[in-house]
Amino acid sequence: MSDHEYVPKSKAGKWFNDRLPLLTLGSHLTDYPTPKNLNYWWTFGGILTFCLLTQIITGIVLAMHYVAHADLAFASVEHIMRDVNYGWLIRYIHSNGASMFFLAVYIHIFRSLFYGSYKSPREVIWIIGLLIYLLMMATAFMGYVLPWGQMSFWGATVITNLFSAIPLVGESITTWLWGAYSVDNPTLTRFFSLHYLMPFLILGLVVLHIWALHVPGNNNPVGIEIKKPSKDTVPFHPYITIKDAFALLMFMILFAGFVFFTPNVLGHSDNYIPANPLVTPAHIVPEWYLLPFYAILRSVPDKLGGVILMFGAIFILFVLPWLDTSKVRSAVFRPVYRQFYWIFVADVLMLGYMGAMPAEGIYLVLARVGTVYYFLHFIVVMPVVGFFEKTDPIPMSISEPVLSGGAEPALAKKDNDKI
Amino acid sequence: MIKFKFKNFLTSIVAIFILANPLYSAESEDLLKVKWSFKGITGKFDRASLQRGYQVYNEVCSSCHSMQYLSYRNLGEPGGPEFSEVEVKAIAASIEIEDGPDSQGEMFTRPGRPSDKFKSPYPNVNASIAANGGAYPPDMSVLVKARPGGSNYIYSVLMGYEEPPAGMILDDGVYYNKYMIGKKIKMSSPLTDGIVEYSDGTEASVDQMAKDVTTFLSWAAEPELEERHKTGTKVIIYLVLLTILVYLSMKKIWSRVNSEV
Repeated sequence: MSDHEYVPKSKAGKWFNDRLPLLTLGSHLTDYPTPKNLNYWWTFGGILTFCLLTQIITGIVLAMHYVAHADLAFASVEHIMRDVNYGWLIRYIHSNGASMFFLAVYIHIFRSLFYGSYKSPREVIWIIGLLIYLLMMATAFMGYVLPWGQMSFWGATVITNLFSAIPLVGESITTWLWGAYSVDNPTLTRFFSLHYLMPFLILGLVVLHIWALHVPGNNNPVGIEIKKPSKDTVPFHPYITIKDAFALLMFMILFAGFVFFTPNVLGHSDNYIPANPLVTPAHIVPEWYLLPFYAILRSVPDKLGGVILMFGAIFILFVLPWLDTSKVRSAVFRPVYRQFYWIFVADVLMLGYMGAMPAEGIYLVLARVGTVYYFLHFIVVMPVVGFFEKTDPIPMSISEPVLSGGAEPALAKKDNDKI
Repeated sequence: MIKFKFKNFLTSIVAIFILANPLYSAESEDLLKVKWSFKGITGKFDRASLQRGYQVYNEVCSSCHSMQYLSYRNLGEPGGPEFSEVEVKAIAASIEIEDGPDSQGEMFTRPGRPSDKFKSPYPNVNASIAANGGAYPPDMSVLVKARPGGSNYIYSVLMGYEEPPAGMILDDGVYYNKYMIGKKIKMSSPLTDGIVEYSDGTEASVDQMAKDVTTFLSWAAEPELEERHKTGTKVIIYLVLLTILVYLSMKKIWSRVNSEV
C-alpha cells in the first residue's frame, strides 16, 4: 500500500475507517503511483473492466426475458428483439460486447508479451490474467449456445465432443457434460446457469488481478523498475483516470459503430436458423476470437492429439515467465526478440484466418505450419533468444533519455534481483 | 524508443479487428446487388415498398411460409409499413384465429386482433414439409438475417429461376435456381408478372415484386433498423463530443507534468 498513512479528516470517517479501512483503500487507489510514460496500450485494463461490467449489466437484464429451454430459447430471443423495450439494443450490446471484450483482452495480452509484463515480479498477475482469459472463453462459448440457433447447437456439439477424446472415461465425461445422450435441453439449462455464474468468478479474479498488480506496481514501456512515488510516477487520479476515460471513449465509439450499424457482422448467419439436430451446417465455425485455437485443433489428424495441442496452446502461456530467459523486459530494447514478436503476432492472425477456412488443401498445410511455429515460439525462441540476444542499452530511469549515456543491462538485472 | 502516437493506436485497433475477422461466407455465384434504401448509416425503409411487400407476402408467400414471430400490430408500428390503425385492424380481422379453450373446454375460431401473431399456414413443421414435397418452407421472420448476403440473397433467389443448363436432369418438383446452393430449389418460381394487383397502381413486374417483398422481409427481420440507425447516429455524435472534451481536459491535466500523453 502507499507509503503515507491515510487519516480521514472527519470524525465519522475515522470511526468507520478504524473498523473497515475502505477510505484507506480509496486513498490508496487514487494515490497509486503509476509510471508517467505509460502509452495507450496500457489503457486496455480499464477498458476491460468496462467490458466486464457492460456484459454483466446487459446480461442480467437479458436473463429477465430469456427462457432457457430448447423449445423456447430461440423464440424468447426474438421476443427480446421485438417486444422488450430496447431489447434489441441490450442484446446487440451483449452479443457485440463479447467480441469487443475479446478484442480488448487480446490487445492487453499482446501488450504484456511485447513489454515483458509477465516477467518477475509480475508472474502472479499474469497467471491470474490467464485464468480470467480461460473463464472468458468458457463463458463466451456457453453464451453463444444460449440463442439455440444452428451454430449454437453444432458449436456446442463439436466442443463438448472434444472431451470424448479422453481415453477410457471420455464418453462418460461427455454424457455427464451434456446431461443427456446428445446436446439437448439439459445441456442448454446448465450452460445458462454456468454462463450466469462465471462472470462473477471473473469479477473476483479481476479484483485479485488488480490487487496483485498493486503490489509491484505497473510495468512500463521502458520495462525498468522505478522508484514509487518519484518524478517518474504520477498519481493514478486524475492522470491515469482521465487518460483511461479518453481511451475508453474512443473504444466506445468503435463499439457503438458495431452495435448500431453492423450488429450481426461478427456473428454467423446460421445462428438465426433455429437449432435442428437433424441438419448439420456446411461449415461449423466458432466465433472469431476462438479461431486460432480451432485451427490448432483441426491441424492435428488425431482427435486426442488435437485436443491436447489446443489446450496446450493456452496452458503453455502459464509457464511463459519461466520460458523467457531474458533479463530485459521491454521488447523496445530487445532487437532480436522484437522481430520474433511480430512474426508471432502474424502467426496467430494467420491461424485465426485458417480457423475460419475449411480444413483442407493449402489451408490445412498453413494451419499446420502455424501450429508448429506457435509452439516453437515459446519452447525454442523464447529461451534461446533471451540467452543469446545482445540487448540495447536501457535507460537508468524514465525521465532520463537513453541517449544521455545508457546503462548496462546488468543494472536492470540488479534491479530485478532486488525485488 | 518507439513512440506510440494516437494515430497508430487507432489504426492498429482497426487493423487488428479487420485482420482477425476473416470473411466467413464465400458465395459461389455472385449475388445480384440492389441499392437498398435501408442500407448505410442513415438507411430507411421505403414505406410504400414495405406496404406492397406485405401484399406480396400475404397473397403469395404466406400460403407456404410462416412468419411466426411477427404480430399484426407490427404492421402499424413506426419504422415498418406503417399501415393505419384501421388498416391493421382490418388486416387482422380478415384472418381466422383459433383460440381457446373456452369455459366448456372447446377450441373456437374468432377474427384476428392486432395483438395476434401472424397465422402460420401449417399447424406444425412436419405438416409443412409433408405438403411441400419434403422441403421445409422456412419461417420468414428472420430469414434475411439467416442467410449470408441477406437482402441481396433473397432478391437473387427470387430472380434466379432459369432454364436448367443442357444435360442437367431435374427430378419432379425440383427447379433450377442459380443462386441456391447446389443450384436446385424445391420452390417453383413464386412470382409471375401481375400475380398481385398493387393498390397504389405500381406495375407488378417480377422485379418490382421481388424488390418489394425483399424490403418487407428485411424489415421483418430487423424491425428496429430505423430506430437503430437514428439512435446510433445520436450516440456516436454524443460520444465524439464527449471524447473531444475529455481529450482537452486530459491535455490540460497532463500539462502539469513533464510528460507526453
